[in-house]
Amino acid sequence: MKQFLLFFSLLLSITMTAQQHDHDHSGHDHSGHDHSGDHSDGHSSHEVNDFATDCGSPAKVIHHEGYDPAATAIHHISDANVLTIMDLIRIPLPAIIYNKDRGLELFSTGKFAAGHHDSGHYGYKDYVLYEGNIHRITCDDFPSTDKFEVEGFDTGHALSAEGKEIEKRYAIINGRGYHIEQKTIWDGGLLGGGVTSFYDLSPTKNVVTMFIVALLIFLVFRSVAKSYNRNDGQAPSGLQSLLEPMVVFIKDEVAIPFLKHKHKKYLPLLLTIFFFILGLNLWGQVPFLGSVNVSGSLTVTMVMALIVFVITNINGNSHYWGHIFNFPGVPWFVKMILTPVEILGLFIKPLTLMLRLAGNISAGHIAILSFVGLIFIFGKAGESFAGSMIGTGLAIPLTLFMMAIELIVAFIQAYVFTILTASYIGAAIEDHDDHH
Amino acid sequence: MTGTLAAVGAGLAVIGAGIGLGQIGGKAMEAIARQPEASGDIRGAMLIMAAFIEGAALIAILLSIFIQ
Repeated sequence: MKQFLLFFSLLLSITMTAQQHDHDHSGHDHSGHDHSGDHSDGHSSHEVNDFATDCGSPAKVIHHEGYDPAATAIHHISDANVLTIMDLIRIPLPAIIYNKDRGLELFSTGKFAAGHHDSGHYGYKDYVLYEGNIHRITCDDFPSTDKFEVEGFDTGHALSAEGKEIEKRYAIINGRGYHIEQKTIWDGGLLGGGVTSFYDLSPTKNVVTMFIVALLIFLVFRSVAKSYNRNDGQAPSGLQSLLEPMVVFIKDEVAIPFLKHKHKKYLPLLLTIFFFILGLNLWGQVPFLGSVNVSGSLTVTMVMALIVFVITNINGNSHYWGHIFNFPGVPWFVKMILTPVEILGLFIKPLTLMLRLAGNISAGHIAILSFVGLIFIFGKAGESFAGSMIGTGLAIPLTLFMMAIELIVAFIQAYVFTILTASYIGAAIEDHDDHH
Repeated sequence: MTGTLAAVGAGLAVIGAGIGLGQIGGKAMEAIARQPEASGDIRGAMLIMAAFIEGAALIAILLSIFIQ
C-alpha cells in the first residue's frame, strides 16, 4: 500500500510539473486575456489576424500551434448542435433558430458538414457551426446563400462598451473575416454572454441524450413492472434483482426518515429524480457515446433544482412559512437579522443543489479529460512520438482510476440530490407535533 | 498567466473543503467504530454533511472559473 502511494504521488508530481510547463508555454502561444494592448508586441513573431472591422477585413486561416488543455476540456464538456461519436460518426440534429429578422427557422445541422472539433465546413444563410455551436454572422452586407464554404475560424480581441477586453470569434470566408455572434443563453447575459441577435431553441446533444435516457428508464421500469405482475409472490428475476434494492433503499433510507407517513405521495418524485440523475451520470461516463455532460450542465441541473424549489414551496405548510418569516420564540431584533437570512436560505438551497451536481459531474469529466490531455502534453501536440507513448502510459492508469471514482460519484451524487430533496420537502411539510 | 488569483482562490476553497471532509470522515469512522449497529444512519448523515461542504467548495470553484 505504501509503495502504491509513493508511486502515485510520484505520478502526480510528474503530472503537475508537466502541466506547469504547459501553462508557461501556452502563455506565449495564445493571445490570452492578460495580453492587453501595450504588451501585444511580446508575441509579434507569431502570425496574428488583425480584425480591424467586424465585417470583411482580410484574414487568413492560421493554425495555432500547441495544445491548450483548459480550452480542450471546456470544449469537450460543452453542449453541441451535433452528436459526435468518436470523431467519426456525426449525427446531425435539427436546428430550431429564432431570430428577430426572419423569425423561426428550421433546418438540419447536417448542412454545416461538421468536421474536426465540430466546426462546420459550410454555412447556411448566415449561420455557421463553430466548435459544435451555431453562430450567426450579423453583417448587413454579408452575401448570404443557402450554402457557402467556411475556410476556418479565428479569435480576435476587442474592447467592449464598458472598456473590458473581450474575445471575439470570426469566421473566415473567401479570405475575409466576419464576426460571428453566439446564441443568447439562458442567463440573459449575466455571465458575459449578452443578449444577441438570435435564440437557439434546438434540441442539442444534451437534450437528445436526456430523451434517450428517459426513454430507456421508462422501458426498463415498464418491463420490471410487468415482471412483478408475472411472478407475483416469487423471488425477483433479471432486472428486478438489480432495481429492487435501489428502489427499496430510496424508500427506506431516504423517503421514510424524512417524509414519515406522507412518503407515499413524494416517493415517485424521489425515485424519478434518483434514476434520471443516475442514468444521465452513467451515460455521461461511457466514452465516445457523444461524450455528453448532461448532469454536469448548469442548465439541466437548474431546471431540476427549480422543480424541487417549486414543489417544496407549494407544499410548505404554515409551520414552515412561520419559521421563515416569523421565527417563533425569538425577540424582534433577532428576527430582523434572522428573517432575511431565512429568506436567502430559501433560494440558496436550490442554488447549491444545482451547483453541486453540475460541479461534481463536470469536475470529474474535466479531470478525465486532463489525464487524457497528458498524451498531448508529453507528446508536444503530436511532435514527439516517444513523449506520446509516455503520456499514454501515464494517462491509461490515471484515467481508469478517475473513472472508477466517477462511477462511485455517479451514485453518490444521485443519492445526495435525492436525499436533499427529501429533506427540503420534509422540512416544508413537517407536522408541528413531529418537531423537536 | 491568466486568472492566477482565481486559481489561488479555488485552491484555498479546496483546502477548506478538504479539512472539513477529513473531519467528517474521521469522526464518522470513530462513531461507526464505537457503535457499529448505527453505521447506516451515520453513513447517511456523513454523506449529507459532506455534500453541504462540497457545495460550498464548488460554489467557490465555479466562481473562480467564471470570474477571470
